[in-house]
Amino acid sequence: MRKSTIFLTSLAMEVGVLGLLLGRAASVATAEHTRLRHEAELVATLGLSDLCLFTEARYTRHLSQADLSTAFQDHPLSLDHFPSGSLVPPPARQSGSLVPAPRRHSASLVRPPARR
Amino acid sequence: VGTWLEKQRNLMDFALSSLVRRKLKNLGLLALYTLIVFLLASVMFFTHALRREALLVLEGAPEITVQRVVAGRHDLMPTPYVAMIEDIRGVASVQTRLWGYYYDGVVGANYTLLVPPGTSPTARRDDPHGPGETPAVEGEAGPPTSPVGSLVGSLVADLDLGALAPGTIVIGAGVARMQHRQTGDTMAFRASDGSLLPLRVGAVFSSASELVSSDLIVLTEPDFRRLFGIARDYVTDVTVSVRNPREVAMVAGKISRQLPDTRPIVRDEILRTYDSVFNWRSGILVVILSAAVLAFVIFAWDKASGLSAAERREIGILKAIGWETGEVIQMKFWEGATVSLAAFFAGVILAYVHVFFTSAAVFAPVLRGWSVLYPAFDLTPFVSVEQLITLFFLTVVPYAVATMVPAWRAATIDPDAAMRQAE
Repeated sequence: MRKSTIFLTSLAMEVGVLGLLLGRAASVATAEHTRLRHEAELVATLGLSDLCLFTEARYTRHLSQADLSTAFQDHPLSLDHFPSGSLVPPPARQSGSLVPAPRRHSASLVRPPARR
Repeated sequence: VGTWLEKQRNLMDFALSSLVRRKLKNLGLLALYTLIVFLLASVMFFTHALRREALLVLEGAPEITVQRVVAGRHDLMPTPYVAMIEDIRGVASVQTRLWGYYYDGVVGANYTLLVPPGTSPTARRDDPHGPGETPAVEGEAGPPTSPVGSLVGSLVADLDLGALAPGTIVIGAGVARMQHRQTGDTMAFRASDGSLLPLRVGAVFSSASELVSSDLIVLTEPDFRRLFGIARDYVTDVTVSVRNPREVAMVAGKISRQLPDTRPIVRDEILRTYDSVFNWRSGILVVILSAAVLAFVIFAWDKASGLSAAERREIGILKAIGWETGEVIQMKFWEGATVSLAAFFAGVILAYVHVFFTSAAVFAPVLRGWSVLYPAFDLTPFVSVEQLITLFFLTVVPYAVATMVPAWRAATIDPDAAMRQAE
């Protein structure tokens, strides 16, 4: 068998598998709609504000409710030390401004302490 | 067209034979390439799915949350603040919230304790007792009158609607798993005065809602106040709904002017927080990945740009036996394209399996951090063709360019010179 035939067949199989996975993604997303709706209802009824992603510290458990001085939460020289603190960018809001700041993503990998 | 296709297939055959001749090197390249695509695609799928899910789920989050801040820290809010916020023009309603954290020293996990809003007497302004005057008597609350009962019923299997009577709690699936508790069991909490407060598990939230409820413990107001020793005229914070959604920012501004020791958090901010969480431009994942990508770029560039002496000689011979420059370039194109396409599709498939079948097992230790209680959630696969196209242009195109340019340079020189240089 020609090498190109073997390659094209295996490539077609890869494309086929990917197609099946994308099809599955579409059907699962539709099926999951009910679960997401239930979760959204639960959020609305209980007045929840955050996802339960990191339970290690209060400011990572409730990212949106963290106070602005979180980086020094334990004592004045205590910098953020929880691993998940490295995963999340600083909040989009600017310190001192209570009205939502313009949408902005920080490319900085070091979190300026004053903004937490 | 048939002749052209046949020619391309012949060139592809030749390119594949050429790849097979340097089997070990090319297999290494293919494995590395697949790994890079796998990592990039995993991050892309994971972050996109999580952000999408967060935005859908948190649509129902409070419009404005008002916290009281004392010395830079979140503090309890006196109930008279509720009336002051209600008097602000544009405010439709104000609900008090009672919530907090409980550290379980036995298993080392943190729980979020919450009183369902609308069930606490202090939440109702039309309450005949008025805020802060309602006696917290055991058995007073009875079956919940809020929609919580029916809602929880839809999320919790076999729940009786009286689950939230004083002395009972509804717990998240993560708490149940960690504590080995089920409906009917008792959990003991150490209250602020040192006494033990046993609470019966009335129901367990469905594991389907674990992304929002994994560490939750929902309890009644009397139990909450007794556990934490919070006076009746204090609440944790308040949520505000606004008559006109376009006035949310303005109302938030008014609240912060009227009550300078408070901090309003608007829903848009919450959604933006989650929109940027795991943004793949920030965070350590990207640092790790960028190092890997850089290593791959150097490897690919070195392999592609510095054609080996044997490859140069091969090109020289091909030209000497009558191959045209265009044909040499096409052959080199197929060499790059076969490796790229095979690695791209394999990497994407592996990434899909990794993120949506194994719940991102490779990332889990990083994401888990020091969390003892970590939700077991399956992400909804939100994968779009745009994502795949972006990934394709990020991975396949740069490699194709890196391969083509040196091949073109080698193919345009004189065959005699190419063969002599190679010696």
